[in-house]
Amino acid sequence: MDTQNNTHPGRIAARFAELSARNEAALIPYIVAGDPSLKRTRELALELEARGADLIELGVPFSDPMADGPANQRASARGLAAGATLPAILAMVAELRKVSRIPLILFGYFNPILHYGCERLCADAARAGIDGLLVVDLPPEEAAELAEPAARHGLDIIYLLAPTTPLERARRIARSASGFLYYVSVTGVTGARANLAADLAGKVGQLRTVANLPIGVGFGISTPAQAGAVAAFADAVVVGSALSLLIEANADQEDLVATAGDFVATLKDAIRAARIPAPGAVA
Amino acid sequence: MQNLPDKGGRFGQFGGRYVAETLMPALLELETAYKQARRDPKFRADLKRYSAEYVGRPTPLFFCANLTAKLGGAKIYLKREDLCHTGAHKVNNTLGQALLAVRMGKHRITAETGAGQHGVATATMAALFRRQCEVFMGSVDVERQALNVFRMKLLGAAVTSVDSGSKSLKDALNEALRDWIATVRDTYYLIGTAAGPHPYPMIVRDFQSVIGRETRRQIMARENRLPDLIVACVNGGSNAIGIFHPFIGDRDVRLIGVEAAGLGLGGPMHAATITAGSVGVLHGNRTFLLQDEMGQIRETHSIAAGLDYPGVGPELAWLRETGRAEYATVTDAEALDALKTLSETEGIIPALESSHAVAHALKLAPMLPREQIMIVNLSGRGDKDMQTVARAFGVTL
Repeated sequence: MDTQNNTHPGRIAARFAELSARNEAALIPYIVAGDPSLKRTRELALELEARGADLIELGVPFSDPMADGPANQRASARGLAAGATLPAILAMVAELRKVSRIPLILFGYFNPILHYGCERLCADAARAGIDGLLVVDLPPEEAAELAEPAARHGLDIIYLLAPTTPLERARRIARSASGFLYYVSVTGVTGARANLAADLAGKVGQLRTVANLPIGVGFGISTPAQAGAVAAFADAVVVGSALSLLIEANADQEDLVATAGDFVATLKDAIRAARIPAPGAVA
Repeated sequence: MQNLPDKGGRFGQFGGRYVAETLMPALLELETAYKQARRDPKFRADLKRYSAEYVGRPTPLFFCANLTAKLGGAKIYLKREDLCHTGAHKVNNTLGQALLAVRMGKHRITAETGAGQHGVATATMAALFRRQCEVFMGSVDVERQALNVFRMKLLGAAVTSVDSGSKSLKDALNEALRDWIATVRDTYYLIGTAAGPHPYPMIVRDFQSVIGRETRRQIMARENRLPDLIVACVNGGSNAIGIFHPFIGDRDVRLIGVEAAGLGLGGPMHAATITAGSVGVLHGNRTFLLQDEMGQIRETHSIAAGLDYPGVGPELAWLRETGRAEYATVTDAEALDALKTLSETEGIIPALESSHAVAHALKLAPMLPREQIMIVNLSGRGDKDMQTVARAFGVTL
């Protein structure tokens, strides 16, 4: 089903267009809602935005995060312990949206959404100011019940592509996606890796032959050097587990938010340095 | 009605393929490989030969004369899956899937396990077919089931203790899936029950249906008619769907699944997924789950480690929804009583899982007329449970 929302480009498409005009890749930090508290999550989002984040992925905690490595598993458990349920997260987002224009993506697993109700979630998320949904365990084959209300409420559905995805399948997925495509750079779960996958640039180049949407790369990217390397050829760089580890290590510190902001600023610096700014572009 | 699942792996609303994209191509590859294997006379011949010569099939159908006389109602038969090699029906599935792994050229086989029965059955097949084997097991279970951990290691498998979440079967499954996401190109993930993403529920059901097909032949030979009731314990439900499936079209045969009520349905300490759960998505399939009001998965309890999982196979969920199967529950205490009763009456010590089916049979039989025939799937033997049972009876070994 083609649910691409061409008539009303949302905040996500608009942000990618702005960045593309400047020849700059997007930085997308991933933080788990409620880690260490929902109040902190709101502060973190604002700080990350101020320090160079272009979009934010908000993790919805789940008891059984099957595609996550240990760092994000623990972040999810902390979020659950802090009471980050979907209603509480959406209430926090509504507050955040009053003062922030950053595109926000809910990133999570299907069961909490199914339980909340697909139609109700899309309506409430759109009203709160969410722009897109990325549901890890909802491949296109199963996505109709969420994609249909999402399109109606102007929410993008972000699909994952993996190293194991054949090109023909990637073409079909790209046709039903909107916002951007998220390429999982490693055959594995989320978590920092010492090295980027071999020929990541080649793989992203290949995907460009079958997709018209921006392509973000995530899973395994944790350092400014890695972020810079990926920003040379991808439209967006997602950094998740490294932030979860940073939040874990600094959860009790007063300067948690500033520390996270500093880290994100170094990532964004590396991303900007990776490409020559378009003439006349103002960063 | 028997031509399910459909193309999307659905049994009505249940089933499907709710997995990360990394695994989708592997599931599609597995489905294709399985469909080819199923039609291949060599694969079928291998399966038949190993079933007979290695597993010990067909397993007997035993008439419980003592128990029937004692209860004074329906005739009770036991399908003796406890006599399979490795001690339970689990091996029917691990044999079939291991042959599939060999055919697909996968060098490494992984599995999740709770009590360790499926882990042992998988390690056994890996040894037989000379594959690398890694079994994921919650750290709580590793401690509780030290004997089975030792058996798996003796068979050459690596046992990885899982410390995440509730450190039991569902977390072992999470970890096995995480491992598979990272190793999908050369690893065959051998799931132990009729759940998970399509095509697993179909594959496991097909390999376990040998139980029902034999039962049908055996009861026809013995009684010259079909049974009135078939009783099996249910959690993931591979033994239940295995004995039920060949009878789904026989509307006069009552199919009764028995879930673990643990310490009672009044509290949280049970694993009665169909009876007390609600519809959700976990581990790749849509089915009944024990979950809270926010869709977070609940921890479960049963004295039978093999019934201690918060989900259930999608086909069993569908049999409930269509009303084709009935479901009942049995508490820990009732299962223990049944274990004792069967041991004393027939000289057969059932596994704690199977004791749930026996317990329900003990309740039903006296209320049924003598000419009725009830078959209980005795899915496993009790040797593995002796420490747990001794503890429950206050005996120090």
